[in-house]
Amino acid sequence: MSLLTRQKSPSGAAEPAAPAGTARRMRWWTPYAFLAPYLTLFAVFMVLPIGFGFWTSLHEWDINLPAKPFVGLDNYADLFDPAGVDGGRFWTAMRATAIFTLFSVPLLIVLPLLVALLMNGRFRGRNLYRAVYFAPYVLGVAVVGFLWRFLLDGNIGLVNHYLGLDVQWTTDEPPVWVALVGVTVWWTLGLNAVIFLAGLQDIPRELHEAAMVDGASAWRRFLAVTLPGLRPVTVFVVNATILASANMFGQSYLITAGAPADRTKTAIYLIAETGLRQFDMGTASAMSFILAAFLMAASALVFGAFRDRSRR
Amino acid sequence: MTRDTRGLRRALLHLVLAVVAALYLSPLVYMVSTSFKTREGAGSTDPQWIPDPLTADAYREILNSADSPILTWFVNSLAAATGHAALVLVTAAPAAYALARLRFRGRNTIFTVVVATLFVPPVVLLIPNFLIVNELAWVDSLPAVIVPAAAGAFGVFFLRQFFLTLPGELEEAAELDGCNRWQIFTSVVLPLARPALVTLFLLSFLTNWNDFLWPIYVLLSPESLTLPAGLGNFQGANNIRYDLLMAGAVIASLPVIALYLVAQRWVIEGISRSGLKG
Repeated sequence: MSLLTRQKSPSGAAEPAAPAGTARRMRWWTPYAFLAPYLTLFAVFMVLPIGFGFWTSLHEWDINLPAKPFVGLDNYADLFDPAGVDGGRFWTAMRATAIFTLFSVPLLIVLPLLVALLMNGRFRGRNLYRAVYFAPYVLGVAVVGFLWRFLLDGNIGLVNHYLGLDVQWTTDEPPVWVALVGVTVWWTLGLNAVIFLAGLQDIPRELHEAAMVDGASAWRRFLAVTLPGLRPVTVFVVNATILASANMFGQSYLITAGAPADRTKTAIYLIAETGLRQFDMGTASAMSFILAAFLMAASALVFGAFRDRSRR
Repeated sequence: MTRDTRGLRRALLHLVLAVVAALYLSPLVYMVSTSFKTREGAGSTDPQWIPDPLTADAYREILNSADSPILTWFVNSLAAATGHAALVLVTAAPAAYALARLRFRGRNTIFTVVVATLFVPPVVLLIPNFLIVNELAWVDSLPAVIVPAAAGAFGVFFLRQFFLTLPGELEEAAELDGCNRWQIFTSVVLPLARPALVTLFLLSFLTNWNDFLWPIYVLLSPESLTLPAGLGNFQGANNIRYDLLMAGAVIASLPVIALYLVAQRWVIEGISRSGLKG
């Protein structure tokens, strides 16, 4: 960095059009020097892999084999054939991802919003509650997964004990889905709640007061002031939650290990196993691009849905 | 609304929030409690909240186990999370500053491309980044869990938003005093940005400490694992020893819980605000 510190301002003749203030005494390459370290990382681990991943998906690619024959779109064709081995496994995994996303996302929107509404006032201990509800999220999925596998154990688990049940939460369908969704709600509810809470606090008080003066009921105010005020936050939360749920891995890996019969093995779990355990990287890359296409379509739908509503 | 009903509502609110909070934390209490049980106690069908007998045997056993060198994992995790968070700051801060304040050709293009990758599902990076890390001979070593994730756009985006909120006058004053860009950045901007830098460091540290999917595939030998990846190895075990596992989970949680207790406000505000200013 000594190059940067040594630079002395030139006459300024090199940038005659530069406006007064910030852009004046600066060599042309200074901004690029500021950017270079990050852009190097960005190029190698973000831009390159996107292209390289697609390239890989067009090959029969095993890291341990010297020959990596080009197969065109065959990997994709195999995956779109549900009767084939790869296609069968892949769509079972996509089904698992879809089920988990469909059941977890609504809960992860509605419950955090309720918690945020309850905490959106001035009262003693508010920050303490906020800290408590957020606390599980700072733990990693390794801790959360093993802890709940223990609590959900069919024989010695606390959950069955206190509910007086005899349910195999980690191996039977549909209880596995209740377990996976429930654990995820416990783990990440606080995250969405604090984001909603921050959004609620950005809604100007005057709007509520004006509505109150107009005699609007609490429910009317919620519909007419709170919900519209939360729209930008909600778009963000819905989108981020869909992406997070669709990338669920650790809960399934640690709590159910895919049981029963790989029916809770999510798409990203299958991609990791296929590419990084069996080293069938061509197929795994093709899978990841198909999953990514679904995720981007879901994001587009979310943005579209919220944009339409704001126009009305 | 009368004062009485308002007080009643408030009491009810507290009751609901307190009961839910207690239920919310109870799994963590049980985790700690189980880590102080004997092997038999942890496997008992009778839930015991206060271990009887109370023993630190599980900690003793897991800390001395040759198959699961948990202290090594702890040190690896600490090195990885610290290294990663530092790398994020060192690379993202100057880049974010250039994108927020400097004028140059290609600025908008670079910013647009960087932000666009926030919308790329990270799953497409998994396989190729493994291949790239393999080419660099980083598989099974700490750089693999320190470096690639620092390419994420979040840090740049987050700091740029913060730099844009800083008043420009101080920088202009420093410029009139003859400071060059780098001096302005290090001696004027960075000190002003300390809250944002601390928040980004904490978030990067936490994310890296807790990362699970990537380390379990890219780290292989027992002595190079991070804590979550090491614990993950117990997954296939036939006879899970929950006393040991809960002791391991407590050890893996201690640093993040400690960080959280100290810096709770920064963490929560950083996270809750990070998505809003897009």
